[in-house]
Amino acid sequence: MTAIHIRGGRLIDPAAGVDALKDILLKDGRVAEIATPGKIKQANGAEVLNAKGLIVAPGLIDIHVHLREPGQGYKETIASGTAAAAAGGFTAVAAMPNTVPVNDSPEITRWMQAPERGASIRVFPIAAATRGSKGDALNDYAALKSAGAVAVTDDGRPILKDNIMRETLTAAARVGLTVIQHAEDTRLTQGASMNAGPTAFKLGLRGMPAEAESGMVLRDIRLVTELRDARAHLHVAHTSTAAALAAVRQARRNGLRVTCEVAPHHFLLTEEHVGLYNTNAKMNPPLRSASDRDAMIAAILDGVVDAIATDHAPHAVHEKEVEFENAPNGITGLETALGLSLRWLHKEWKLPLGRVLSLLSAQPAALLGLKGRGTLTVGSFADVVIFDPKAEWTYNARHTQSKSRNTPFDGWTMQGKVRWTISEGKIAYTGA
Amino acid sequence: MNPTEASTRRQIHPPSVTASPFPYHAGSLLSADDLTLDDVSRILTRATALENMDPLVRARMLAKRRVALLFYEASTRTRTSFELAAKGLGADTTLVSSLSSSIEKGETLKDTGLTLRALGAEAIILRHNSSGAPWLLESETRLPVLNAGDGMHEHPTQALLDLRTILAHLKRGTKTLTARTLAGFTITIAGDILHSRVARSNMLLLPRLGARVLLCGPKELLPELAATAGPGIFIERDFDTALRQSQAVMMLRIQAERLAGVQLDLEEYKANYQLTGQRLAAHAPAALVMHPGPIIRGLELTAGVADGPQSVILEQVRNGVAVRMAVVERALTAGTHPGPIKGGRA
Repeated sequence: MTAIHIRGGRLIDPAAGVDALKDILLKDGRVAEIATPGKIKQANGAEVLNAKGLIVAPGLIDIHVHLREPGQGYKETIASGTAAAAAGGFTAVAAMPNTVPVNDSPEITRWMQAPERGASIRVFPIAAATRGSKGDALNDYAALKSAGAVAVTDDGRPILKDNIMRETLTAAARVGLTVIQHAEDTRLTQGASMNAGPTAFKLGLRGMPAEAESGMVLRDIRLVTELRDARAHLHVAHTSTAAALAAVRQARRNGLRVTCEVAPHHFLLTEEHVGLYNTNAKMNPPLRSASDRDAMIAAILDGVVDAIATDHAPHAVHEKEVEFENAPNGITGLETALGLSLRWLHKEWKLPLGRVLSLLSAQPAALLGLKGRGTLTVGSFADVVIFDPKAEWTYNARHTQSKSRNTPFDGWTMQGKVRWTISEGKIAYTGA
Repeated sequence: MNPTEASTRRQIHPPSVTASPFPYHAGSLLSADDLTLDDVSRILTRATALENMDPLVRARMLAKRRVALLFYEASTRTRTSFELAAKGLGADTTLVSSLSSSIEKGETLKDTGLTLRALGAEAIILRHNSSGAPWLLESETRLPVLNAGDGMHEHPTQALLDLRTILAHLKRGTKTLTARTLAGFTITIAGDILHSRVARSNMLLLPRLGARVLLCGPKELLPELAATAGPGIFIERDFDTALRQSQAVMMLRIQAERLAGVQLDLEEYKANYQLTGQRLAAHAPAALVMHPGPIIRGLELTAGVADGPQSVILEQVRNGVAVRMAVVERALTAGTHPGPIKGGRA
């Protein structure tokens, strides 16, 4: 089957400024036609999807996921992770390089995109900024880019040395790649397993101070300022503190290319959700104070935040069934991002649907320069999510497509049910 | 929305479905916060009754019941007194310590707990270097778990034996505890509060009986936010000022093994916070001097104070056996776990 005819849906394409009832014809992996309902001729052999009462939007794009391959297939594979992504309405994900071995080469970058991986949606590798993510020697960014890498980062092992970060920003700018920084001054967070504050004190856990994040963001912004002429692009991953957001806001006012993302758990949960050592509420950056959480919501509503990204970080059950301090950081998130965003950002806090969808598609696509994605105009990739915006449902982690189920959102009410996810013209997921 | 509106607190109502192990086994004792004042009264009354009982009669109370002691950290007082307590009631005890068991081979806490359960353990007494470990053990084994100290978090039986010691001197003859039992009393906890599970359990328990708890120590070992841990907790950085208000002072050891990079000038520390005979005579000549042990003579307190007439340190140790008899008995007689049993067939 090469053609899909989507009929009667409400097309919301924020990048194109469209919010109207439209029929869409997808052909050969691209958008072939968009027209007022009933105006597209019935194509021979086209599969017809009845989208009456549903929203049709550009497929969602998550620029921060951990697919665990190569090396940790017991947590997740590219196949299982992308299946979970498709179930969550995503048609593209950017995969972090903290695999085993670290993705610091064109070979691994290509391996991750090979058809043999069985991905049901598009995977864009993000390559390591330095060899082995050790923070010492830069990788060959031109070679990584031509192998398909869309950004560079050392993710969980942030680049601490000023000179290396400066070189990274310069070299990445030269080839047009974004530098993503997991902002954490790891010298301030040794042995810590949650946010520093009254909850950590009470639980007897060492805390990560907010300054460990904001200090690193300020340092990086200082470097970007020095490199203003090089037009370096810094992207702050999973922003979690009010102070870091304030720094990003100020950098933008100063005309710098500094962008940021926020994860659903950081705009919904606080350190109190750690409860009595719930390892599914342990991630890095950690759940912060209520005022930090409120700052995330405010910054999403007022437009400082460029993208919602999940930081999907699967871990096997046995890895999380340990002492809180010994449990690995991270939670899954691909299947809950849309449902939580619609339930809270849209329904509760009145962010218009188009803005919510833009944060989950158009803006992340623009941020990483993913051409032909994040929008549905004639000629763009046939990446589409079709969902019922009114459907309420309860997330059950046991039914996940992911290999792991380490989520704090098990049992939460979601708004908006994905009916179809179409990746480059192929149906990647069909919901009930 | 403008940024000023952002300061309005967001209300988020998550569903009640969580991965929490609650409700616990009624015999578990994980946190001082879990005990109502009635529970505490019952435990202290029972401690006295068991202590006064004919040892031969007492040894039939839990005859041949099985209690496991699972110790991931070194311990003298807590381990021995729990063991003597369980044996005094007739129970069989077995000690598993991290240095002579399969824990060294990488066995997890969950698997060690399930193994002990399969071996017939009816309760587990856990000392662990990680805060929160007892909650994990409880949820995985569904056995009554007694927290014998978890990381920097809590040491509830220490708080109970400290309370028994305090009451014996300050409110002799108290039968039933109320929110006013220790009203008007001030108890200072001095030293390494940050790393102390004894401090955390005591600061949760004592204010519930009406006591005022003063925390005293340098910033490195006592962060300002410690005062937010609960009601009735205050910070007084000046040791002499704290002593002048106190009817009891608990001295804490500097936990070198948990300092993790905290830089401390020991001479300066001693000058400001060491409990000396002179300091005691000048500012608190009638106060009880307490210490959970192990004491480091010449550091947090002088030898003269440790051995002096105001010291009740060894009395605390003795009270440990009585209180732990009551707690072990409670663990084995408190009925079954309210939740489903997990962890395969055993």
